[in-house]
Amino acid sequence: MAIIIDENTRVIVQNITGRQGAFHTRQMLAFGTKVVGGTAPGKGGQTVDDVPVYDTVDQAVRATGADASVIFIPAAGAKDGAFEAMDAGIKILVIITEHIPVSDEIDLVAYARQKGVTVIGPNTFGIVSSGKCKIGIPSNHFFVPGPVGVVARSGTLTYEIAGNLMTSGLGQSTVVGLGGDRAVGLSFVEVLAMFEADPATKAVVLIGEIGGNAEEEAARYIAAGMSKPVVGYIAGKSAPPGKRMGHAGAIIERGKGTFAGKVEALQKAGVQVASLPNEVPGLVRNVL
Amino acid sequence: MKLFEYMGKDLFRAYGIKVPEGQVAGNPQEAVTAWQAVGRPVVIKPQVLTGKRGKAGGIRFAGSSLEVADAATAILAMEFGGQKVDKLLVEEKITIVKEYYLALTVDGAAKRAVLIASASGGMDIEEVAEEDIVTRHIDPAVGVMPYLGREVAGRLGLTGEPLKQFAGLVVKLYRAYQAKDAELCEINPLVWTGEEFIAADAKVTIDDDALFRQPDIPRVEEKTAVEKTAADLGLAFVQLDGNIAVMANGAGITMATLDTLSHLGGAPANFLDAGGGTGTEGTAKALDLLLSIKPRVIFINIFGGITRCDDVARAVVQFTSTREVNVPLVIRMVGTNEEEGLRILQEAGISAHRVMAEAAAEAVALAR
Repeated sequence: MAIIIDENTRVIVQNITGRQGAFHTRQMLAFGTKVVGGTAPGKGGQTVDDVPVYDTVDQAVRATGADASVIFIPAAGAKDGAFEAMDAGIKILVIITEHIPVSDEIDLVAYARQKGVTVIGPNTFGIVSSGKCKIGIPSNHFFVPGPVGVVARSGTLTYEIAGNLMTSGLGQSTVVGLGGDRAVGLSFVEVLAMFEADPATKAVVLIGEIGGNAEEEAARYIAAGMSKPVVGYIAGKSAPPGKRMGHAGAIIERGKGTFAGKVEALQKAGVQVASLPNEVPGLVRNVL
Repeated sequence: MKLFEYMGKDLFRAYGIKVPEGQVAGNPQEAVTAWQAVGRPVVIKPQVLTGKRGKAGGIRFAGSSLEVADAATAILAMEFGGQKVDKLLVEEKITIVKEYYLALTVDGAAKRAVLIASASGGMDIEEVAEEDIVTRHIDPAVGVMPYLGREVAGRLGLTGEPLKQFAGLVVKLYRAYQAKDAELCEINPLVWTGEEFIAADAKVTIDDDALFRQPDIPRVEEKTAVEKTAADLGLAFVQLDGNIAVMANGAGITMATLDTLSHLGGAPANFLDAGGGTGTEGTAKALDLLLSIKPRVIFINIFGGITRCDDVARAVVQFTSTREVNVPLVIRMVGTNEEEGLRILQEAGISAHRVMAEAAAEAVALAR
């Protein structure tokens, strides 16, 4: 078992002929992901690594039976691509693109809710069910099957922690990147609930950061009766207020979303919070 | 991107929201001219991007040319949160019967825009009691219709003419917010004069990611010179107070790097996310930038994924052999092609580590 995606997930790549789209199509195929098609308007009939290219998502879905899509479309066109995918019947939508205007994100997340579509991102590294399916951009070698579910807002930090887990002999069930922007498809709470229900997941690592209140909401959910143990790490302890630390969401505004507030909320909910990323595997071992 | 108050008011005016009559002035003479044009007692306000101008004594009233010139001279000499004052807004002093608060912004948790209103205007909304604040999330498919404005007005205790006017104002504000890709449109205070609502202040922030489709919005620069250079290079950079310059790839790991240095007693000089796929040229530009802030040590933390360690190592060696680098470099490198990367660095005599905490400890020691 795993959450959201598994060995049966059939994936198309939007903007498959672009530099990133083509590169990561190859990487996903190497991982074992069933990449069944791609889109690039005007390039229908071509192939990328033997994967057929279609002009529209509708054509791709009808020809391949795809249920998931990953978007590598530049920011200005990403909203159009997301709506196209949802209208064509895609149920799992992974949006890698960063710098999408927040009002476009709000529109597409609202439409997804209406259509029953699960959106990963925008501005995410994607989602990986170890040994089964990867939709996104992380290097293939960070992921081995195991009992730890990982949910994060940030990419490279997740690789750092997944790498630390792997070195300590701990594999992952599914690793989910929520995305670094303010309006993203999934919340920590939704993903925690999925891990709670997933038999393959025995413990969860939550990688948060300053800004917003997603970690505080996660703490409330955990306190309200999550049975599986959760280990946390929060980035941004040393960040000054009012300065955006790379991610659109990583900013302490009006005294909200501080490191201290998040750590306190999580600890009160019984979460072991690591001070440094390399302490995470030890804490996970303690709770497994 | 934050707009100055006068820009925000220009935007409001264009969308039919009433603002005080006034003019922008860059010196005391222009302020007097502006006062003459208004023809009534005025309020003079510094145009800076920080709040709390009033608390800092930066907002003055004046009723004669002498008073206007004095106030203008005094305010132009002030600083607000380190910001110098280049421009003043000279505008009519309006009659205040009651002050309200009205804002539209992004609620990331709800994934929607949110309307926030209160009958306790004029003070910081954070200081207003929760029960005195009305919030309504906005369904993007529906937008803001007049009924929503009436409903909020009713909850604020408005009736009759003010209720109807408030509803119209809310619709106009949302129209401006949407059309201009704002992430904040705040009116505090929103003044009821006894006859009409006037936006006595305007705090507008435009979504940086949407600037590409907002050619008519004036560009406002809030960054330091170094931050501006970094932005031009496409690097996410924030200047901090310490002496350990930092470069990493990814926003989360960059924050974690700063936290690790601080945890070990060090003081980071900056946040620099060099992003994924950092090439030779990008690495050299980032290092140039770090040298320009004159740190005691430079700490590079690379977790190779798309970024290949050997590429970064070659770029660093090339940089140190062609530039005069008079501060020590500490590098931590793992991931794609790490063996090759570490070998290249060691051969060039550059300190290289695999474990982040060990590398950070060395950087902290060198900075002492």
